Amino acid sequence: MQAVVQEIVGQMGNEKAPLLQVLLAVQDASPRNYVSEEAVRAIARSMKVSRCRVYSTASFYTEISLKPRGRHLIRICGNAPCENAGRTAIMEAIQQELGIEAGETTADGLISLEKVSCLGSCYKSPAIKVDHQVYGNLTPEEAVAVIRSLREGGEQ
Amino acid sequence: MAMVEITINKRTISVPENITIMEAAKLNGISLPSLCNHPDQKVKANCRVCAVEVEGVKNLVASCSTKIAEGMKITTNSPRVRETVRTIVELILADHPQECLTCIRSGECELRQLAFKLGMKEVQGVKNTKRLPLDFSTPSLVRDPNKCIKCGRCAEVCHHVQEVGILYSHNRGLDIGVTPEYGKELKDVACVLCGQCVLACPVGAIYEKDETDKVWEALGDPDKHVVVQVAPSVRVSIAEEFGRPSGSIATSKLVSALRLLGFDRVFDTDFAADLTIMEEGHELLQRLQTGGVLPMITSCSPGWIKYIEHFYPELLPHVSSCKSPQQMFGAMAKSYYAKISGIDPKDIYVVSVMPCTAKKYEAARPEMRDSGYRDVDAVLTTRELGRMFKHEGIDFNSLEDGEFDLPLGISTGAAAIFGATGGVMEAALRTVYEVVTGQTLEKLEFEGVRGMEGVKASSVDLGGTEVKVAVAHGLAHAKQIMEAIAAGEADYTFIEVMCCPGGCIGGGGQPYGTTNAVREKRIQGLYEVDQKSEFRKSHENPAIQKLYADYLQAPLGPVSHKLLHTTYTNRCQHELQ
Repeated sequence: MQAVVQEIVGQMGNEKAPLLQVLLAVQDASPRNYVSEEAVRAIARSMKVSRCRVYSTASFYTEISLKPRGRHLIRICGNAPCENAGRTAIMEAIQQELGIEAGETTADGLISLEKVSCLGSCYKSPAIKVDHQVYGNLTPEEAVAVIRSLREGGEQ
Repeated sequence: MAMVEITINKRTISVPENITIMEAAKLNGISLPSLCNHPDQKVKANCRVCAVEVEGVKNLVASCSTKIAEGMKITTNSPRVRETVRTIVELILADHPQECLTCIRSGECELRQLAFKLGMKEVQGVKNTKRLPLDFSTPSLVRDPNKCIKCGRCAEVCHHVQEVGILYSHNRGLDIGVTPEYGKELKDVACVLCGQCVLACPVGAIYEKDETDKVWEALGDPDKHVVVQVAPSVRVSIAEEFGRPSGSIATSKLVSALRLLGFDRVFDTDFAADLTIMEEGHELLQRLQTGGVLPMITSCSPGWIKYIEHFYPELLPHVSSCKSPQQMFGAMAKSYYAKISGIDPKDIYVVSVMPCTAKKYEAARPEMRDSGYRDVDAVLTTRELGRMFKHEGIDFNSLEDGEFDLPLGISTGAAAIFGATGGVMEAALRTVYEVVTGQTLEKLEFEGVRGMEGVKASSVDLGGTEVKVAVAHGLAHAKQIMEAIAAGEADYTFIEVMCCPGGCIGGGGQPYGTTNAVREKRIQGLYEVDQKSEFRKSHENPAIQKLYADYLQAPLGPVSHKLLHTTYTNRCQHELQ
């Protein structure tokens, strides 16, 4: 872990590296899509800051998880525009397809489902975000299709 | 200094430019309230209770963080300001345990005082559903997260003054907590237990682990011979608990008050400080003569010891093997004193009064029982002792003067200044100079190691040999010296490190309201004690001379080695789970 972190921190300027970017990069490099306690320590060592500071920033942003998640992350917007455009039906379809509730991870560790405040994509509500890609103007069937293609891709 | 004209509450006044509204108001007789502001810290502006109106600005502004400008019209007393500030305080109180009657901070709580000052009559919407567990994990400190108002003062002192960095604000919104990472307990992180967070905290969210009940119990036990030792810096701070000005010297009243509490003997840690100088001074000479590890670093400050054990364990060979005065006293009380008084050491109960929370941890270290009994049985901070005096209704200021008991109450001015940054160094130099040169030191004051500067470097001529010394106080400054040693850039022979800013007089067990300004007054008090002392060099202490003649034989001898020296532990932070 120290080597992975050191490489990321080194590329971003060592002690002058921006902590938030480091955390995001470390999370991206994690197979379980999160920042582990070991990683928090490694970042603190590499950047010569206290573990507390690293944990503080990591715990502030919803974008960063301190708990293991699935390899893929599906975020569903819970705000009013998406709600009005049929978010509930999409959520139900996805939960049924995956067999998990929001905040949970599939048993195979492949997919985590999260409800978030806004994806900044109200113009194409209802929207979901799969990893770094936003899908909008969805019907429940289309949302399920996105999930299935993700699973097929994941099983390859 | 350029001045600008501003208006505060319709009164036009001239104030220095580039100061804050809060400072300008203060200069003109108005103390605006604040909970997050602290005179020794940078502005945080997160409590918002210092809000005021500025003409032309839509929202109220935080007066602690807003600079004045020419022509600014400020209102601190409008109904809008009053209502807003009361609402903010009410919101804080609604989220605060309503336990003021039994809170350890009760009488001195800044939040409670503010609520009183604002005439709060009721608190609406009190919610006491949240009950987070208290952290009792260390011998020194208790953390009560329920009382935390998230002002960030503890985190700042922990990160910037001490650079230990184990307390910080975590999470967001309602879930914010100021804790170690992952909400860990203090025993599971590299906390050095200095207690500077206690002094910084405006409320009762972190405080010393109270040992007064233990001491009451010992005092009430007819089979116990209870002796007390008092650290140098307590004599210049305890009177503050009874309304006297900072730095007031209260040695004699303190002795009388301790007798009234019922201690069988009232002794002085200063005696053991003189003993420390004898051992440490000779250890330094031995290292110089035998090519030992240099620079040698002092070992009196238990917060400092825990710090180096966590953060620089590879430098531990630099640390003197001498126990601190507190522990030397305990070891002597249960060996030498037991022998001369004919009391079985198992019946001797040693209480120490310290300016320090880390001393509680030090006394509990497993290696501190070389006489076969625990050196020190209970450690009270200055605050705890103040509470005991108040509990007994002791009218401290009007007591008759008392004197320490013999022989463990005899000490020198050199020991008294242990409590001030640079004091151990100065005391050691007075003795080492005379031992090495065989000549009488003409000027006892080593000005180069005195004062509040963070790192002080100086050099001393020891009969033709130039010895370079350094003094650091506050762990951020100690860290600078450690980095220099690690990089091979520190050519010092002897280094004094004190964990707390100002030295022990600024310790985490001292009365609330310990600011840097207060620290300087206490330091002056100690130098005055030294100035007025009959003996001012540790090796001239007649009780110490007799101790060596009758019992220890010689510094660094086998008895000393067994009872007065110790070992350290690698507590490297990277291995903490």
